[in-house]
Amino acid sequence: MEILRFTTAGSVDDGKSTLIGRLLYDSKSIFEDQLDQVSETSKRKGLEHVDLSLLTDGLRAEREQGITIDVAYRYFATPKRKFIIADTPGHIQYTRNMVTGASTANLALILIDARKGLVEQTHRHAIIASLLQIPHMIVCVNKMDLVDYDEAIFEKIQEEFKEFAAKLNLKDIRFVPISALKGDNVVNRSEKTSWYSGETLLHTLENIYISSDNNYIDPRFAVQTIIRPHSDKFHDFRGYAGRISSGVFRKGDDIVALPSGFTSRIKSIFNGMEEVDEAFPPQSVTITLEDDIDISRGDMLVRPDNQPQQTQDLDVMLCWMDEQPPRPRAKYILKHTTNEARCMIKDIKYKMNINTLSRIEGDKTLHMNDIARVQLRTTKAMLWDPYKSNRITGSLILVDEATNNTVAAGMIRRNK
Amino acid sequence: MSNYQLSHLDELEAEAIYVLREVFSQFQNPALLFSGGKDSITVAHLAKKAFYPAKIPFTFLHVDTGHNFPETIKFRDDLIEELGVRLAVGSVQDAIDDGRVMEETGANASRNKLQITALLDTIEDENFDVAIGGGRRDEEKARAKERFFSHRDEFGQWDPKHQRPELWNLFNGKYNPGEHFRAFPISNWTEFDVWQYIMRENIEIPSLYLAHERDVIWRDNTWLPMSEHIVLRDGEKVEKKKIRFRTLGDITITGGIESDADTIEKVVEEVSAMRQTERGNRSDDKRSETSMEDRKKEGYF
Repeated sequence: MEILRFTTAGSVDDGKSTLIGRLLYDSKSIFEDQLDQVSETSKRKGLEHVDLSLLTDGLRAEREQGITIDVAYRYFATPKRKFIIADTPGHIQYTRNMVTGASTANLALILIDARKGLVEQTHRHAIIASLLQIPHMIVCVNKMDLVDYDEAIFEKIQEEFKEFAAKLNLKDIRFVPISALKGDNVVNRSEKTSWYSGETLLHTLENIYISSDNNYIDPRFAVQTIIRPHSDKFHDFRGYAGRISSGVFRKGDDIVALPSGFTSRIKSIFNGMEEVDEAFPPQSVTITLEDDIDISRGDMLVRPDNQPQQTQDLDVMLCWMDEQPPRPRAKYILKHTTNEARCMIKDIKYKMNINTLSRIEGDKTLHMNDIARVQLRTTKAMLWDPYKSNRITGSLILVDEATNNTVAAGMIRRNK
Repeated sequence: MSNYQLSHLDELEAEAIYVLREVFSQFQNPALLFSGGKDSITVAHLAKKAFYPAKIPFTFLHVDTGHNFPETIKFRDDLIEELGVRLAVGSVQDAIDDGRVMEETGANASRNKLQITALLDTIEDENFDVAIGGGRRDEEKARAKERFFSHRDEFGQWDPKHQRPELWNLFNGKYNPGEHFRAFPISNWTEFDVWQYIMRENIEIPSLYLAHERDVIWRDNTWLPMSEHIVLRDGEKVEKKKIRFRTLGDITITGGIESDADTIEKVVEEVSAMRQTERGNRSDDKRSETSMEDRKKEGYF
C-alpha cells in the first residue's frame, strides 16, 4: 500500500466538503462519535442536513464563522492506498493556503459546479497546480444531478477546461462527472451517466500511476546532520544523515561533496539499523564514505557527472505569504534543502494575475497572496536545480529576520 | 521503477525520521515528551532509528499527573534504561504542593489541565527549546491544523490563526528567547498506521493495550479502571471485565473498552473495524466541542 497526497480547494457552496465527507464516510474513515458530534452541532445551528464541513473545520473561529481559515489535513485509506488530503479554503488567504497544500501534493482535485461551468476560482486553482508542478489533476464536474446528468454539459466544461489548460504546464488531467451529494461516480458507478465510460473518482485515486512522480534520475543528498556515536563498537563511525531528494545512491558509487568539491566513494548506507545496498527518494538514510572529508549540514552529496547549479543569483517565482510587505532593502533568511543563507530581493520583474495568467508589469510592491517573478541575491552560492525537474532542490522559503515568520515560498526557474 | 515505490509505513517512517533529524539540527536542547503511551513509544523507536548507531540525543520528558497506571511507570523506567537517555519529570503533584496550581474540585475534577503548568514549568526550568510530541492530526479536529514545527510564544501559547505556513519539507524553527516549539514527527499517521507499525517493527508496548481482566466501573459511557483515586458514586459498582485501553493517560479519566484482543495482531484487526475514535473514551476531550483547542492554546501537548 502506498500513499497518495492530494489537495482540494474550493469555496463554501461548490460541494467540496460534501465530497470529502463522502470519501471519508464511504471509506469508513469517519467514526460514529465524530458523526454524532457533527449531527448534533448541525441541529443546534438549525440546519436541516448534516453539515460535513464541520468535520474539517476544527478551530473555534472556523466553526463560529462557518469558514475554513487554514489548511486542514484529513486521512482515509482503502485496501489499495492511504490518502492524505490537504483541504484548503477557497476564499480568504486562498493563494497562501493553496500553495501550502499544493507543495506536497501528488494530485490536485478541482471541483466545478456543472451549472456554473468554469469560474475565476477554477482558473486560479489550475494555475497554482501548474506553478507548483502537481503531477496529476482530476477535474470533478459536480452537481450533475442538478443538470439532469446531461452529457453535453459535461463535454462542454471539459472542452473549456482543456482549452484553458493548454496554456499551463499540466501533464495529466482527468475528468469525472459526479454528484457528491447523491454519490454518483464518487465511489460507485452511476447508472445515470451511462454515456460516461471512464472510472469513478475513487477508482482513479486508487489507481493513478504515481511511482514516477519522484525524480530518480539526478542523485541529490542534502546532509541534515553528522552521526558520530563515539562508542567503543562504532569508534570511527562517521555517518551523514539525510533524506534522498532525488536519484538513486548505491554502495560503491563515486560521489562529490558540494560545495567543497572533495570526492570519495560510498562505503555503506544505513536505513535505520539495517545496512542496505541502495537508497532512493524519499528515504531517510545514513551514508558513510571511504574517505574522511570535511562535510557539514547543508552540504550536498551528488554524482561527479550530474551536478546541480551553483549560483548566488536566483530567478524565482515567489509567493508572498506575510501580512507585512517586504521592507525596503530587507535581508531575509533563505532556507533551501538543509541549507541556509541570507538574501535580498534584488528585483521584482513582474507580478502574475493568478486568475488570468497575465503579467502585471511595473508594479514593484508585494502583498500577501501575490505571486511574482523576482531576482534573489544570496550571501553564498546555493546548490539548486530548476523546480520543474526537482521539487525538493528547486524550492525555498524566506524567513523574516525580525519576526522569524515564514514570509514567502519560492520556486527556482530554469536558467535562461 | 516499480521497485522504488515505498509502502505507506516506509514513507511515514522516512518522513518522521527526517523531522526528528531537523529538530536535532535546528534546536539547542530538545525534549521528547514521553507518556508511556503507544504514540510516544513509536516516536522513541523512530528516534532510535534516526540517530543509529549513536544514542538518541534527546532528554525524555514525562509529565506526571501522579495518577498513573503502575504498569506505565515500570515500562517508562525500563525503556529509559535500555536507551540510555536522561529522564526529566514534570510533576503535577509537586506543582500542587508548591501552590503553583490548585487541584480541581467537583464531580468531573481531573488533573488533566494541571499538566499544562507542570509541562511549561519544566520546559522553562530545563531550558528546553523544543518538545517533541506524538500528536497526530487524525486524533482530534484542532490537531488537524497542527504544523510539524509548531511555534509557542513566551507564555507557551499556541496561536492557531497565525501559524507559519509550512511548505515542502522546509521547516522554520526560528524563535526568540523565551519562546519554544513543539514538533510532531508522526503528524501524518493515523491510529491504524501506528498499530500496523508497532506490529511490523515488533515494538514493545505496555500490556495495558492488550485485553486483560481488570476491576472497572461504568462511568461516562466507558469502563473506568478502579484505582485508589476513584471514589464510587451512587449506583456505581466495581465489576471484573476483560478490557483493553486504546490510549493511556491519567488513570482516573482514561476509559477502556471491552475486548478479547490479547495480541498485537488481534488489536490491529480490531482497530481496523473500529467505529469510534480512540479519544472517545477520554473524558478530558468531552468537556466541550473545542476543549482540545482551548487546552492547546494554553500550552497543552
